[in-house]
Order: sequence, then structure tokens, then C-alpha cells
Amino acid sequence: MTILNLLFIVFLGILFFVTYFHISNLALDAYGGKSVRRYNFENSIRVIIFIAPAFIVLFIFILYPVFETVRLSFYDKFGREFVGLYNYKWAIGDPEFRRSILNNFVWLLVVPTLSTFFGLVIAKLADNIWWGSIAKSIIFMPMAISFVGAGVIWKFIYEYRGPGDTQIGLLNAIIVSFGYEPQAWVTIPFWNNFFLMAIMIWIQTGLALVIFSAALRSIPKEMLEAARIDGASELKIFFSIIIPYLEQTILVIWTLITIIVLRIFDIIFAMTNGEWQTGVLANLMYDWMFRGGGDSGRGSVLAIVIMIGVIPILAWNLYKHRQEQKI
Amino acid sequence: MKKISLSSIFSQLLLLFFVIIWIIPTFGLFISSLRDKDLLAISGWWTSLTTTEINEIYRMPGMEAQIEEDGYFKIKGTLFEENSGKKIESFGINSKKINEFKVGDIAIFKDESEVILDENGNYEWRSKSEFQKKKGKRLFTTSLSPPSFTFENYREVLFKEGIGRAFINTMAVALPSTLIPLIICSFFAYSLTWMKFYGRDTLLAIIIASLVVPLQMSLIPILTIYNDFGALFGVAAKSYPGVWMAHTGFGLASTTFLLRNFLKSLPNEMMEAAKVDGASHYDIFLRIIIPLSIPAFASIFILQFLWCWNDLLVGLVFLDQVPSEIILTAKLKELLGSRGENWEILTTGAFVSMTVPLFIFFALQRYFIRGLVAGSVKG
Repeated sequence: MTILNLLFIVFLGILFFVTYFHISNLALDAYGGKSVRRYNFENSIRVIIFIAPAFIVLFIFILYPVFETVRLSFYDKFGREFVGLYNYKWAIGDPEFRRSILNNFVWLLVVPTLSTFFGLVIAKLADNIWWGSIAKSIIFMPMAISFVGAGVIWKFIYEYRGPGDTQIGLLNAIIVSFGYEPQAWVTIPFWNNFFLMAIMIWIQTGLALVIFSAALRSIPKEMLEAARIDGASELKIFFSIIIPYLEQTILVIWTLITIIVLRIFDIIFAMTNGEWQTGVLANLMYDWMFRGGGDSGRGSVLAIVIMIGVIPILAWNLYKHRQEQKI
Repeated sequence: MKKISLSSIFSQLLLLFFVIIWIIPTFGLFISSLRDKDLLAISGWWTSLTTTEINEIYRMPGMEAQIEEDGYFKIKGTLFEENSGKKIESFGINSKKINEFKVGDIAIFKDESEVILDENGNYEWRSKSEFQKKKGKRLFTTSLSPPSFTFENYREVLFKEGIGRAFINTMAVALPSTLIPLIICSFFAYSLTWMKFYGRDTLLAIIIASLVVPLQMSLIPILTIYNDFGALFGVAAKSYPGVWMAHTGFGLASTTFLLRNFLKSLPNEMMEAAKVDGASHYDIFLRIIIPLSIPAFASIFILQFLWCWNDLLVGLVFLDQVPSEIILTAKLKELLGSRGENWEILTTGAFVSMTVPLFIFFALQRYFIRGLVAGSVKG
């Protein structure tokens, strides 16, 4: 496809939706509003015009697939024959699956916690310092970069050359300058997970940071002043006032990062492709979508396991939404 | 006057420490992308920031290059390429004593020929008798090389490695994938906020639930639909419109949610007044909602655009991995596999893929942060 063709279909694609809304609404405007009956009719058609595209997309891309994935998890690799719990039994017995679950679990323990912690600490440090906003900008910047781009950046840091050679990876260069042997960091089983997690923490701390920065400003100044007058140290204020005050925000950020980490795929795909025992559920699922011509049963089971991870958060969100509606 | 206390100094130092840790990886990538590819492979990027000492061996040409001048036979030439910026510190004519002579010294070979060298690397090798050998003598030089950078790597990745085309492809994926959800979700969010109809609350609850549904739940069924659709109509299963719609689907819940939160904050009286004046919902939408929502649109546009630009999984599953369709992230991943040792290509490619996000980040940071803080939750 030439670039010109590409430009043309991009334009056409966007124009399609604009035209749909404009033409249908103008047609309706021209017809309706002349009598009470027409007015009511106009309103109900209007709702349909406004909602239809979004609803159709929602149905095709979210609602139907959720049920279809659940159904497929009980079917064979082509989705044709009912096989009961076979795929689930396979998963429980599969060493790769167990490894992935374990890794996912470690990711979930480490990344949200450390990102939230660093985010909060940095937000506090950067508060009320003249160069604080520059510092925040720099730490926030990785949020804008793709996971793959971040993968390249960090692969370069972890780059390994043999013991005699000049190290071009920063981490090994530092290690060697202290007189230690260089290491091929991403290939050391179990610990390599932490080197991959460092990338995610590097990215997600920025997210925590900006939200905390906004939240810190909401703490009443009088409360902090009062504590200072009573002689509380800054450290004491941080732990006894700021952290309890931001409890809700901490929870929100922690769940936000948890959801992102549950689906983590790109970093591992780019850095190790799941080798050296670094695989996680999303990678295993991607693998099974195509391995041996694809196995929709096994892939679906893996997707459902990821989904189970977010269900508590989903239920909590719905509960909160209900509470808000009541007010 | 504020007191400068010990704890304030300590906390500033701690912050500085964090900032340095956070900036160094990206900085190293950027510097590396501007370095000469041969140097990049043999030395750390941090060495390129300062003047470095390099030892080199150079063999002068033999008898064919000689000229006769002032009673001498001479061979003249220069050691370095033009504008290399290198400065000779010392040189030698023997591999065991490479620092024997300073610039301006006359070095005398065993056969009584002499060589002089200036600091820019121009040499003159002269002899009373004619040069007889086909091969010239070797010079060992120690020179200081100032930091030098080049855009050569960028030219290579953009035009030879296919990153340039991948950049255009990514733009062709990301722009519609951002504008289409923005268009359809603004109508959707409007009706969820300002229109009364049966099932509205259920729909809203579905949106809230969809916010956190991982996109892995959708991949297999949608891929099946696309394949069936392709087979039925005899078209390619993977295509740009397919990716746009997939991104629209996955971004629909968060876009609608954020827009609805914004619309809810607009005063109800304004809509009522417009309605009394006989405006239809579409009039209200065009004349009141859109102008008021520009800042909200900007935030959501940036979030969704960055999400699509940086995405790998959707582009991998719903596009063919061919030059006319491959996106930047997928291309980078491919290069990581095939050109894993060519750091000049990887670092430059990664930096090219980061240009647009970084531009948005620095130019529109305010909107970006506002969008995130407004509660970006993305399934």
C-alpha cells in the first residue's frame, strides 16, 4: 500500500463517522419537532443515532468476546468440540503455566508497591522545592514512552560482554569498575524477573507521582503547620499525617498499577520473549494463540485467569459507582 | 528568609539522586543514537561525552607517492579524515615506544629517513635518497578525540531499515484510532449524561465494568471474527480499518468514562435554556458541548493517542508484519531479534519511535497530566 493510498483511507475512515452523525442528525432535525408525537419520536430516534455506533463497537469488541472467551475455554483447540474442563486441567498440570502464574504474582507484589512507594516519596520530596517541577517532569517522562522503547533502553543498560572485553552496558561497566565479574543479567533465572520489573517501576512511578502531587496539595496546610509547631519531625509528619490522609489515593494508584501489571506483555516479549523463566500469563496466552496453528481453548483459559485477577477490582468499582449514584 | 536546614539539603540530594537514576537510561540511549557506529560497539556511551585518548596505527604509503622537493624525496599526507577534530598528543615509530616523540619532533628511522608530524595529523616523511620500498613505514599515534556526534545512524534507520515507513504506518494507525473513539464516544457520553432512555444505568454500569476488562479477553474471539469476515468477503483479514476498530473497542470504555465525568460537571441550566429556545440535542451538542469540551478532548486525545502509538499487542495481532503495515513497536521488536548486536540501529530506532510521545509530553504535558489525574483506567 503506498503512502498516498494510506492517507486516503485514513481520511475516509474518519470522514465516515463524521458524516454518519451529521447527516442522520440533520435529517432528523428536518423531520421532527413539529408536533408532540413527532417530538417524542424524534427523541427516541435521536437516542439511537447517538448510541448506536458506540454500542455496536462495545458489543462486538468487549461484551460478546467476554462470553465467547468463556465458552471457548470449554472447547477444543479449534473451538468446535466441547471438552469440558480439559483445558483447565491442562493448565494446572502445565509447568509453563505454573511458572507464569508465579511470575505474575511476584510482579503483582513488587511493581505496584514499589511504584506507589517511590511515587509518594518523590512527590513529597519535590513538593515546595524550586526545581521540583523539573524533577517531576523528568521522572514522569518514561510514562510517555512505549514499553518496547523502554525495553530497548534497558536492554542497553543490561548489555553483557565477555569478562575481558570493554563493557558497553552501564550496569556491567559499573560492576566491573568495582572489580566484579560482568553478568548476563536477563538470563539469571528468578532474579532476572526483578531486572524486568525495574523497567516497569521506572515507567509507572511517574503515574503515581503525578497523582500524588495533585493529592498532596489537597492536604490542609493548617494541619501540617500545627504538627510542626508541636515539634513533629518531617519524617514523623510523613508517616503519621500524610500517609493516613492519602490512604484513598494510595489505594487508587495501587489498583491502577495492579491492573496494568496484570496484563503486562510488551516488556517481557521484547526483552526475553519469556525465556530464562521470565514468562507471564499474557505472554503465554499470546504464545498459545499461534503455537501449533493456535489453540483457542488454552488461550481462552489463560485470558480467563488474567480476568479473574481483575474481578475483585471490577466488583469494587461497581460498588463505588452504586454508592455514587445513590447520593 | 527560609532556613536552610540539614534535612532540606538531604531531601534535595535524595531527589537529585532519583532524578539522575531516572534520566540516565534515556539519556544514554539518546547519546548512543548520535555516536559513530564503530565506536558505539567498542566503548560505553559515557566515554563519548568527554575528550578521549585514542591510540591508532597508520601505515604511510610507499615509493609511488614520493615527490622530489628542495633536495629531498618526500612523502606527504594526513592521518585523519577531514574535520575529525582529533589532535595528536604524541607519536612513535616503534610499536614498543608509541609515545616516544612529541608533535614537532623529528623522528628518525633506521634507514635515516625522517618524519615530522603536526597536531592535525599532517605528516612529511623525507629522505636524502630515493624511497625504494613499496610499503611505507608505520606510525603509532596517540591523539585526543573531542566528543563527536553524527546523524548518520538516523539516515540509516529511517531509509534503509524501514523505520521511516513504520513511523508513517504507526501514524496511520494511531490517528484514526484516536479520532474515531473520540467522535463516537462524545455522542455516547452525551446521551449517557443528558438524555433519558430505558437502560441508561445498566449501560453506565457496563462501561464501568469494561474499564478494567483486560484486552486479552477479546483477542481470540475478535481474531476469529476478522478471519471469518476476511474469508467471507475475500478480503485480507488484517487491515488498517480492522486495527482502528479494535483500538476503538479497547479505548471505548475509558474514553466514554472520562468524557462523561467531564460532561456531568457542566451546568444543567445551560442545556435547559437551549432546549426552551427550541434547540435539538444535536444543536446543543454542536454549539454548546463541543466548544466547552475542547480541554477535555485534548486530554483524552493525548491519552488515547499515546496508548495507540505505544501499543504493541494490538498491532501485532491485527496487522500483518509486512513493511506496508508493520508499526514502530513491532518493527523495534523485530530488530531486537534480527539486529540485536547492532546497537546503533536499535538505539536510533527506539529514539525515533519516542520522538512523537516526547514531543507530546513536553509540548502538552498539562493536558496529559490532567487526563491521567482525571482517573485514567484502561482495560
